[in-house]
Amino acid sequence: MKKYTYTETKDTRSGFGEGLLEAGKKNENVVALCADLIGSLKMDAFEKEFPQRFFQTGIAEANMVGLAAGLATGGKIPFTGTFANFATGRVYDQIRQSVAYSNKNVKIAASHAGLTLGEDGATHQIMEDIGLMKMLPNMTVICPADFNQTKAATIAVAEFIGPVYLRFGRPKVPNFTPENQKFEIGKADILQTGNDLTIIACGHLVWKSLEAAEELNNQGISAGVINMHTIKPLDKQAILDAAKNTNAIVTAEEHLMNGGLGDSVAQILSTNYPCALEMVAVNDKFGESGTPEQLLEKYHIDTPDIIAAAKRVIERKIN
Amino acid sequence: MPSILDKKMAEIHELQNIASQVRRDILRMVHQNNSGHPGGSLGCADLFTALYFEILKHNPKDFTMDGINQDMFFLSNGHISPVWYSVLARSGYFPVEELKTFRSINSRLQGHPTTDKNLPGIRIASGSLGQGISVAAGAALAKKLNNDNNLVYCLTGDGELQEGQIWEAAMFCPHHKIDNLVVIVDYNKKQIDGPTDKVLSLGNLQDKWEAFHWKVITANGNNMEELVETLRNVRNYTNKSKPVVILMSTEMGFGVDFMMGTHKWHGSAPNDEQLDKALSQLDETLGDY
Repeated sequence: MKKYTYTETKDTRSGFGEGLLEAGKKNENVVALCADLIGSLKMDAFEKEFPQRFFQTGIAEANMVGLAAGLATGGKIPFTGTFANFATGRVYDQIRQSVAYSNKNVKIAASHAGLTLGEDGATHQIMEDIGLMKMLPNMTVICPADFNQTKAATIAVAEFIGPVYLRFGRPKVPNFTPENQKFEIGKADILQTGNDLTIIACGHLVWKSLEAAEELNNQGISAGVINMHTIKPLDKQAILDAAKNTNAIVTAEEHLMNGGLGDSVAQILSTNYPCALEMVAVNDKFGESGTPEQLLEKYHIDTPDIIAAAKRVIERKIN
Repeated sequence: MPSILDKKMAEIHELQNIASQVRRDILRMVHQNNSGHPGGSLGCADLFTALYFEILKHNPKDFTMDGINQDMFFLSNGHISPVWYSVLARSGYFPVEELKTFRSINSRLQGHPTTDKNLPGIRIASGSLGQGISVAAGAALAKKLNNDNNLVYCLTGDGELQEGQIWEAAMFCPHHKIDNLVVIVDYNKKQIDGPTDKVLSLGNLQDKWEAFHWKVITANGNNMEELVETLRNVRNYTNKSKPVVILMSTEMGFGVDFMMGTHKWHGSAPNDEQLDKALSQLDETLGDY
């Protein structure tokens, strides 16, 4: 079993900030907009380096989305920055009409996604955003695992043509993927293969899945781990290969079960290669105030929950 | 030898002739499918004709999405698509015969305008209201970044001003000194459910836009001579650190007597008899499609 380690914890939003700056240096058409959350989104470095290409919109997210669509029409590559809740649910119709349906080259950068936003509570903890965004035709949906990957993903989406939803978070988490990696949209990272089951995870839950796999290995259960950083388009081949190899899948994500990664994986499996599936996700609930650690535990999307799901899925295996 | 004044009046007369044909197109398109929005379309026929045949710097034969080195036009109140489609076709963006496909299956002329069908002339989908000024402002920012000194125009309905996003954009544009943007409000004082004063009063629009630090101009949108003069003069107000808004008074249904003075024709089509009656009031100047 491959051993994954890390030397430091870093927040994925800082990966976005660094990636945005680098994307801006690479291409003068990259521009950025922010709705009064420059510090939270780590967009300060871009603003300082490219003040003419940065637009503070104030607390007016609907206008920000429209501005981005207009900038994209004029040949620019705009990144909009705000919290995931205000980046999606608040402006769903603006994204639907002016970005997705109009197929504009807009990058919706969404920080503080999921429960790990923590103490602000449920008004700010969106867990429906992946579902909202993946339902839109033309939209690509990405949720990277750590700092290094978020940075690489930001650079990659700036080079990709088309609307993208890029989801990341607030807390510092283990930074374990390679520095300066090449990020390939739609191509899953097979972190390790296993014989008994495969865990397919995205975002903050990828590291938790590696922790779970290590503990399962100690208990004599061989678990593969896939980092499914792109939820749409989904790497169908990686899912089917894993299903054929292990006949048991666990999905893990910081999102509602309805509309999340697990639900996309279930669709692929049930229509192509039905096998036992367990989903680690929040089941039809809003969040609440607490520390990220407390919330992951209380809402059952933590390492022990992945381990328990792995044991359940093995019990349910047909072969 | 004709005087300059005669020449000018001849130009206005030609634009009026085009607008008459555009009005016929609108009525026939909406009638054919028994759906669409004739009222606002008829009211704005003079504006669209003036813009596309006189004011805009544009290239119908070589449409580009980014509109670099051209003026750009955005329609926020997408439901008046018939007038836009007619003028785009009549000015050469696509064949006039295609107007007969309006709102039909497999048509590029969707009920509300879209980029999704690759119809030349259209740069954004619109229909869900309140979004156009934001998009136009973004395009105006792109022009500034591209050192392109052409203008961006955006037409919005007046009922549409009830949408909150309009005022987000209204606050943003002066703050960022977007002075290459001309917003035109179709001020017909009517919306689907009735007069704007009854549905949700707009108050004093001039005061409102001025309070948001816009340069406010008024115009009669159904007087071609005055309208063209106003639109020509707009350039005197642009590039002066402020966005420009034209409060353009129009009559919903203008050009057809029984369609004026009511909101009834906002979103309903004439029957056969009504169509004949309406067409009898409008000269066929360029040939029906």
